[in-house]
Amino acid sequence: MSEILAQFMLDGHRIAFEPGQTILQAALAAGIYIPHLCAHPEFTPHGSCKLCTVMVNGRNGSACTIKAMPGQDVLSDNPDLNSRRRTLLQMLFAEGNHFCPGCEKSGNCQLQALAYDLEMFDPHFAQFFPAREADGTHPEAFLDFNRCIMCELCVRASRDVDGKNVFAIAGRGRDTHIIVNSPSGKLGDSAFSIHDKAAQVCPVGAILPKEVGFVRPIGERLYDHDTIAEVALREEAGARSGEVT
Amino acid sequence: MASIDSALEPILARYGREPSALLQILRDAQEACDWISPTVRAEVARALDIPATQIDCLTRFYAHLYDEPRGRYRVLFSDNITDRMADAPALMARMLEQFGLEPGEVSPDGLLSIATTSCTGMCDQGPALLVNNRAVTRMTPERIDAISALIRARAPLDDWPSHFFEVHDNIRRADILLGATCASGEAIRAALARGRDGMFAEMKKSNLRGRGGAGFTTAVKWEACRDAPGEARFVICNADEGEPGTFKDRVLLQSYAGRVFEGMAIAGYVTGANKGFLYLRGEYSYLRAPLEAKLAEMRRENLLGDAICGDAGFSFDIMIHMGAGAYICGEETALIESLEGKAGKPRIRPPFPATYGYLGQPTVVNNVETLCKATEIAIQGGAFYAGQGTQQSTGTKILSVSGDCERPGLYEYPFGVSIAQVLEDCGAEDAFAVQIGGAAGNCLAPHEFDRCIAFEDVPTAGAFMVFGQGRDMFETALNFANFFEHESCGFCTPCRVGTAIVARMMNKIDAGHGARYELNELNRLDVLLRTSSHCGLGQSATMALRDMMQKFAPAFERRLSLKDFEPGFDLDAALAEARALTGRDDEAAHLGADS
Repeated sequence: MSEILAQFMLDGHRIAFEPGQTILQAALAAGIYIPHLCAHPEFTPHGSCKLCTVMVNGRNGSACTIKAMPGQDVLSDNPDLNSRRRTLLQMLFAEGNHFCPGCEKSGNCQLQALAYDLEMFDPHFAQFFPAREADGTHPEAFLDFNRCIMCELCVRASRDVDGKNVFAIAGRGRDTHIIVNSPSGKLGDSAFSIHDKAAQVCPVGAILPKEVGFVRPIGERLYDHDTIAEVALREEAGARSGEVT
Repeated sequence: MASIDSALEPILARYGREPSALLQILRDAQEACDWISPTVRAEVARALDIPATQIDCLTRFYAHLYDEPRGRYRVLFSDNITDRMADAPALMARMLEQFGLEPGEVSPDGLLSIATTSCTGMCDQGPALLVNNRAVTRMTPERIDAISALIRARAPLDDWPSHFFEVHDNIRRADILLGATCASGEAIRAALARGRDGMFAEMKKSNLRGRGGAGFTTAVKWEACRDAPGEARFVICNADEGEPGTFKDRVLLQSYAGRVFEGMAIAGYVTGANKGFLYLRGEYSYLRAPLEAKLAEMRRENLLGDAICGDAGFSFDIMIHMGAGAYICGEETALIESLEGKAGKPRIRPPFPATYGYLGQPTVVNNVETLCKATEIAIQGGAFYAGQGTQQSTGTKILSVSGDCERPGLYEYPFGVSIAQVLEDCGAEDAFAVQIGGAAGNCLAPHEFDRCIAFEDVPTAGAFMVFGQGRDMFETALNFANFFEHESCGFCTPCRVGTAIVARMMNKIDAGHGARYELNELNRLDVLLRTSSHCGLGQSATMALRDMMQKFAPAFERRLSLKDFEPGFDLDAALAEARALTGRDDEAAHLGADS
């Protein structure tokens, strides 16, 4: 009896996978980057940003939630899918208030880096200009919901790793927003600490540490010299070999 | 807990202080206290030992839960296109004027608020509204005046004329389901006589497909649930009939409730589940008491409970769970989330509910009509059933007909009936368009009226909205765009932002500022929503829009300005805040809108 090989095709490349891996996990492990924002190697897949949408045997699906299976023919890096991703990025930029030039996260921001990577030149859609709050009540961190992209990584990190449930997502539709679990609804009287996992996972500048603003100048930041793909693959390789990146 | 408010104590006790009953607790708490005040929020959080944010997640998600006061009388006009065609906006304006209110505003004395809500499922007897979750049908200017007087007099709803709350069945064409009389317990007994395997075999033979729209084969769903490993199994009846233009489940629950519940019991019998939930949309709250009475009666008759009909191995009971104003909860995994006391956001599928559903256990989720069909199959057998309808769509289908026709109501036909036949039967010979399957369905033009209602041609969950000559299909598309923006759950980017952009563009065209550019953009957004959205809501949110732009292009084109493009950013509107701050509103403080 011949054994079925744990392999699938990704843009013509043969990718080996370990049973249980998602398409995204297997691709990253094989050194191939698929754009994503809400997926994070340390957390269960969420599947909400839809940046990682790929075609699997002719059907659309999220690479971060679909399990790798033998016989899959996956398309990812092609003009059609990248154009859809660019539109999704433009939607995120139009939905929130993203002022890259004045943002402390500039250069370290995954949304910005992905926009460069996918050659997004403008937000295209009319800006929503939502009225969103900033919260400076915590001694160690700012919350600026203007930049939030609803990836829920902070929600997941605070719940699953920190065991604190500091953040939750409320509202619906375009009124979806992050709320803070504290008597005042402010971060200052929540159980949040800068050492929490939740303080480190924000892909954009919605959760920013205080007192370190512009310590590293723009031009010397994470994505200033390397693309998001290079950084993600390096981190992936580091995580696999047990190094701290 | 001595601090629990006396109004909350019985509610908390009723649900055993179970966090998974949070949505039910909040609904009942609001009924008792008019809104979820900070005190109610704090007390419920303390009593259930949950973070108060968990309560915010629900009050800010479900449209009919309020975390700010909305008045003692909360009036919500149904905003479906069929209500609008029957002059709902004028009726609402009349009532607003009588109280000097703006939509959504609460009167200074805290007496009432008036706003709109998504389709309330009374399209055959609209325009309709909800007052504190109770449906009032057949609104007229006179009825508006009477309601305004009752509200001013602060009359309790129970003292209002009972005919205001009457909901008619309007069954216009009955076939094997609506026409049959069946004795209480007949279907359960028939299923028991066939045995679990025998009943399942009949289900397979019948080739019954789900009536909620997707058309998945029911026997396959039941089999997957039956065979999946699990500690417990559940049967859920999806009575969250939120699709605009659909109201057949309302009638089945009002006049055929026994069959619905027997269908659930049969599903439990075949799959090995012994607990069932009826997820009833909040708009149908008036049905709750009669349904509870029916359940009590069935328990007395030993059709529910332990050792049903004397079969020691068959126990099954049913609980009713109320929704609170969220269309997305019709999606089966969102419904399960809601049933677990959370915001109704669709899960990642797979795993499907048949293997991983309510509380992670194997769960069957079936539409109300589908479960009624299971009773027919129990009584008549699968072969009889498969002999009706077409090869791929067996049996009959109930259509909810509304809009421009002489006889709106329910029409039950064997699958395969043509659109033209339905139009003739309902008295809509001059129809100019038919919207099939609700806002998330297809729009057909006259040259397609020879097409058939069947999964292999025009599939539908049952909505059949008729538009007569002279109707402006742009208005319908605009209504649907606003509906989807309001009902998107907000989980995934394409649907959350995409439905909002579609609505903005449609409103821009409506305001006379749209150009060919917007139509091109809408087509591009349609592709993105269809291909990238997380669930069926986003995937189908632009289906009707696409059809209408294609088949009723003049309705869109005549709205366009002659320019190639007008910016989406309205500079004059953006200056409103500056005008307010400076106290100026003269001509020179405005930029000419047309300059």
